[in-house]
Amino acid sequence: MSVYLLRRLIQAAGVVLAMSIIVFVGVFAIGDPVEILISPDADQFERERAIIALGLDLPLWQQYLIFLGKAVQGDLGRSFVFNEPALQLILQRMPATLELAFAATFGAILIGLPLGLYAGLKPNSVGSKAIMAGSILGFSLPTFWVGLMLIMVFAVQLGWLPSTGRGETVEILGTRWSFLTWNGLTHLAMPALNLALFKISLVIRLTRAGVRETMLMDYVKFARAKGLSPFRVTFVHVFKNILIPVVTVTGLEFGSTIAFSVVTESIFAWPGMGKLIIDSINVLDRPVIVAYLMIVVLMFITINLVVDLMYSVLDPRVRLDSK
Amino acid sequence: MSAVVGQGAPIEDPAKIKVETPFRRFCSEFAESKLALGGLIVISIIIVVAILAPFISPQDPYDLAVLDIMDGRLEPGEKSGDGSITYWLGTDDQGRDMLSGIMYGLRISLTVGAGSAFIACMVGASLGLAAAYAGGKTDSIIMRIVDLQLSFPSILVALMILAFLGKSVTNVVIAIVVVEWAYYARTVRGTALVERRREYIEAAECLALPRYRILFRHLLPNCLPPLIVIGTMQVARAIALEATLSFLGLGVPITEPSLGLLIANGYEYMLSGKYWISFYPGIALLVTIVAINLVGDQLRDVLNPRLQK
Repeated sequence: MSVYLLRRLIQAAGVVLAMSIIVFVGVFAIGDPVEILISPDADQFERERAIIALGLDLPLWQQYLIFLGKAVQGDLGRSFVFNEPALQLILQRMPATLELAFAATFGAILIGLPLGLYAGLKPNSVGSKAIMAGSILGFSLPTFWVGLMLIMVFAVQLGWLPSTGRGETVEILGTRWSFLTWNGLTHLAMPALNLALFKISLVIRLTRAGVRETMLMDYVKFARAKGLSPFRVTFVHVFKNILIPVVTVTGLEFGSTIAFSVVTESIFAWPGMGKLIIDSINVLDRPVIVAYLMIVVLMFITINLVVDLMYSVLDPRVRLDSK
Repeated sequence: MSAVVGQGAPIEDPAKIKVETPFRRFCSEFAESKLALGGLIVISIIIVVAILAPFISPQDPYDLAVLDIMDGRLEPGEKSGDGSITYWLGTDDQGRDMLSGIMYGLRISLTVGAGSAFIACMVGASLGLAAAYAGGKTDSIIMRIVDLQLSFPSILVALMILAFLGKSVTNVVIAIVVVEWAYYARTVRGTALVERRREYIEAAECLALPRYRILFRHLLPNCLPPLIVIGTMQVARAIALEATLSFLGLGVPITEPSLGLLIANGYEYMLSGKYWISFYPGIALLVTIVAINLVGDQLRDVLNPRLQK
């Protein structure tokens, strides 16, 4: 196991390094940072001095090494717009995004599992067909349009839910959370549902496929033959075995939930890091762009690693070490 | 033939006897699903509307001379100030007819979507073929890149590209190609690995045909069925991705409004109850995507050799 763990860690570190090169070269080498950082009125001498001060006269690989050295110490540059460290800006907004992503993931499981279970147990009923048709829509509808429709129906027409912002927050452990106040919850409901939509469909499909496959297994037949109640067969024997793929996929999807929250946050004016990155791209705030991309990439690689490791713990068949 | 005549059946003109060619079988199997057939009809209508937009739209939304700011934000069904046009789907804040806007928007959405999916297909299929045919190092390098890229969500990759390159139609196309090529590469490689070991490839190799000829004339045509299925689905995804990026303000510029940009324009008016500026372009987008997906779904069933009757 430790050999496998070490190999995966080295692999992950390699990917982080590769991505940091891509991001650095992408953001800093395309387009001239001098044009943005130095006032156009500056004369030749001032320009040259600034270029040397910023280290822009060095060869690219040397600039990259300096960037990397600072990045390791948590210094990803200062935002041109806010004049604050880019990393700090993003970390400030991260809890809002994480809250949204967790709410969406939780909601997807809460809604998707029962529906998928029903569709798997009664595959030919009208309800199941409706659920499956709905899940196709969940896959093919563009998230941003669904978000707009949610606002149109629930905020504008019915006036039940607020359309923008986080609402009242409660401060715990130095960060603000919306889900602990009623007002905050009403603000959270629509964005979370919007972000969850794709995942609900995914969980429904996975659960249904899992149930249909597991129901044919010998151990389920045996449990039934033993005279166990259908309830126990479903919730103990079948349920446990369909959880592995559902857990894996929802875990893996967590990263893409954070990435896709860019869209949801823009629609519902949710003050998370997704909204920040869109604003930063629009005003070419490069340090923030770099910091966001690096953090999200790091998050992704960590999630993939954790899911991989959890998978080998959960499912004895995939213990990959060479015992 | 003589057996048929002997049984007293009416003699048919041999030209009229339907021979079951693979293409005919494919068509009849495809038509089994009325839903998919409906999807195909809808797509055809949408494409025709998009192509003919300059001739059939009530108004040219790019021609500032015909726009009247006084007609701004009219409700669906209202007439223009001088009574010359009825705005069936309302107008936007500039007094632009939404119906015409949608027709022109479809042109851009379809061109960008289909165009980038096509380029992605060429790039991905070539690399997938090369990986499968060459094997060894080439294969593992290409497939590692594919794996790496597929582990990141499409929106993140697209954001990255647009952050590097800036906003323009070309860059949106580049972003979509970079997002999608990996799907094609993986699919083609999978099929090509199986086909590569077939006798006809061996035969072609024995004839000492040039490598590109073997790849593109022998191997590629036999990898087409899964490629067509993936291609259809990816066109829908490309259109949705373009719309999303444009909605976020990172896609097409304001001078070339695609459906996504039209929806974004209407967003601020939605809160005051003026739903039609966002709603109808959204419906057009939705119908397009769902229709393509319906066709793609049926194609998958028909072209999947494992489901062949």
